[in-house]
Amino acid sequence: MAEPVLETQHLTMRFGGVVAVDNVTFTLRRGELRCLIGPNGAGKSTFFKCLTGLLTPSEGHVLMQGEETTGWPPHRVAALGVGIKTQVPNVMDGLSVQENIWLAARRFVPSAQAAAKTREVIDRLALGPIARTELGRLAHGERQQVELGFVAASDPWLVLLDEPAAGMTAGEVARMTEVIHELNRTAAVVIVEHDMQFIRSIASTVTVFHQGAILIEDDVETVMSDPHVRNIYLGKKA
Amino acid sequence: MQGTAGKDVIVTVLVAAVLIWALPLMVGTYTLTVLAIYAMLGLSLGLIWGFGGILCFGQAAFFGLGAYTYAIAAINTGESTLPMILAVIVPCVFAALLGAMMFYGRLGDVYLGVITLVVTLILFKFISSTAGPQYTIGTARLGGYNGIPGFPTLNVPGRPDLFIWGDALYYLCAVALLLVYLGVTWFLRSSFGRIAVGIRENETRMSLIGYDVRARKTVLFAIGAAIAGLAGALFANWGAIVTPGLFSLSQSAEIIIWCIVGGLGTRFGPLLGAAGLGYLKFLLGQQSMINNTMLMGLILVLFVLFLPRGVVPAAISVWRASIGRPRRAGRAGALRRNRRRGRTDG
Ligand SMILES: Nc1ncnc2c1ncn2[C@@H]1O[C@H](COP(=O)(O)OP(=O)(O)OP(=O)(O)O)[C@@H](O)[C@H]1O
Ligand SMILES: [Mg+2]
Repeated sequence: MAEPVLETQHLTMRFGGVVAVDNVTFTLRRGELRCLIGPNGAGKSTFFKCLTGLLTPSEGHVLMQGEETTGWPPHRVAALGVGIKTQVPNVMDGLSVQENIWLAARRFVPSAQAAAKTREVIDRLALGPIARTELGRLAHGERQQVELGFVAASDPWLVLLDEPAAGMTAGEVARMTEVIHELNRTAAVVIVEHDMQFIRSIASTVTVFHQGAILIEDDVETVMSDPHVRNIYLGKKA
Repeated sequence: MQGTAGKDVIVTVLVAAVLIWALPLMVGTYTLTVLAIYAMLGLSLGLIWGFGGILCFGQAAFFGLGAYTYAIAAINTGESTLPMILAVIVPCVFAALLGAMMFYGRLGDVYLGVITLVVTLILFKFISSTAGPQYTIGTARLGGYNGIPGFPTLNVPGRPDLFIWGDALYYLCAVALLLVYLGVTWFLRSSFGRIAVGIRENETRMSLIGYDVRARKTVLFAIGAAIAGLAGALFANWGAIVTPGLFSLSQSAEIIIWCIVGGLGTRFGPLLGAAGLGYLKFLLGQQSMINNTMLMGLILVLFVLFLPRGVVPAAISVWRASIGRPRRAGRAGALRRNRRRGRTDG
């Protein structure tokens, strides 16, 4: 078994009386592509925020490549080589696609190489036609692509994507899937998603969150046929 | 990129040379000197606010600190070279400490405004209350409300007997302004400058990319203070006296108005706003019909209502529209949108 790149031990996040993440012990190994699912409010995004440093967990530990990172600010976590996409699009609205991606590339390479790296990422994500457009003028799906561009530009070994396919067209989802597989060649990936079809298409181990805790963790088909999971999701859709 | 940068520098220097030569034909150099100093002060806030998103209500504090540092050091040393250097360093270090406290303390934008405002007030109160003879630094008496007069003004470095004043001081200030402008231009093209603009646009995202936002804002804040300090030292030389009024809130407010009227997110806007409104104030000073402060307030209201992006950005879009070139990122516009929308987080 490959070594773990990301571990949490008894991770807990409380907001007043609400326990958004409840005693979660989670392991992700090198090369893995994991999907995180669960109904609205299950605590998936809060779990991610505890990993990336946007929130400081109330209890428990986060370890990345064996190093304790609990309570680190986001920039330190990111600087380790963690690529992050948040659920709400988080981009530099007043700047062009090119400038946005350059900023991500520049963090990890000297400025002499940043321009080339930016072009490479833009080509890879087929963002060429909108490279000079301001982010504020782009459609939701395109903005999500740019966020994926941030991740790709930083050559990460761990990638955390919160609902990357939300609001995307079928074509965009297909390209996104391709890029995720590409990233997965060198990085372990965790994806939060609701879309079952998308999850099936990237076929991996699935971790199900429910009320802040891990309900079940298994391969896609086993999880999909689990009566408890069906029950949680049938109340909605799936 | 490199090619256009070189061309920009040449054009800037040529335009500036013509202006520096031609303006004294229309306006006295005594007035022009102070306008150049105001322009530098406007540029200092335009840099940190327009390109770093840091709205500082106390830019006058750094201006005053530069002026007082110069006056006190000049009395003690009897010449001007070291005092000029100190007048840049002292506000810069002061701002670095203040900035570190604010940015590492994760203060929101509103609190940042309040703290910079309060610090300015405290400095004003403190300096005003130093009339007693016990308030001396070396051989310099702080002088309270009366300020510090009679310090040695600028001399040619190494020649304390050769003073720079009158027309020469004008040329010196104008060239200093040009150099600061070119420095800011270079800075904004550098990685650090581009990253600062990224932080202005979205702090959370920049930290998730791996940038230490707190450290970078602190550095930018200190750079702005250094420029304001230089302007303050030049101002001390122009006026030949420094008074607590330099630290006043109305001075701070005026700098903000210059930036808004001239146009945030541009280098030239705050500079033009400062010189333009400074000149208007000078003209109004020659009559007593219209109240100066009220007019400034009125101008601010009119701009916020009818030309919120300021003169320079508006002129640029008119020019672009008229020659039919597609518009690139409207930076000032984006900045305002961001501020209104609040930060995206999630
Ligand atoms: N800052 C906060 N303050 C208070 N409660 C919060 C905060 N953030 C999240 N919560 C609560 O924590 C719980 C988990 O929210 P979270 O956003 O992590 O769910 P999620 O699984 O990502 O849901 P979704 O699928 O809708 O994105 C919810 O009950 C939410 O209301
Ligand atoms: Mg979520």
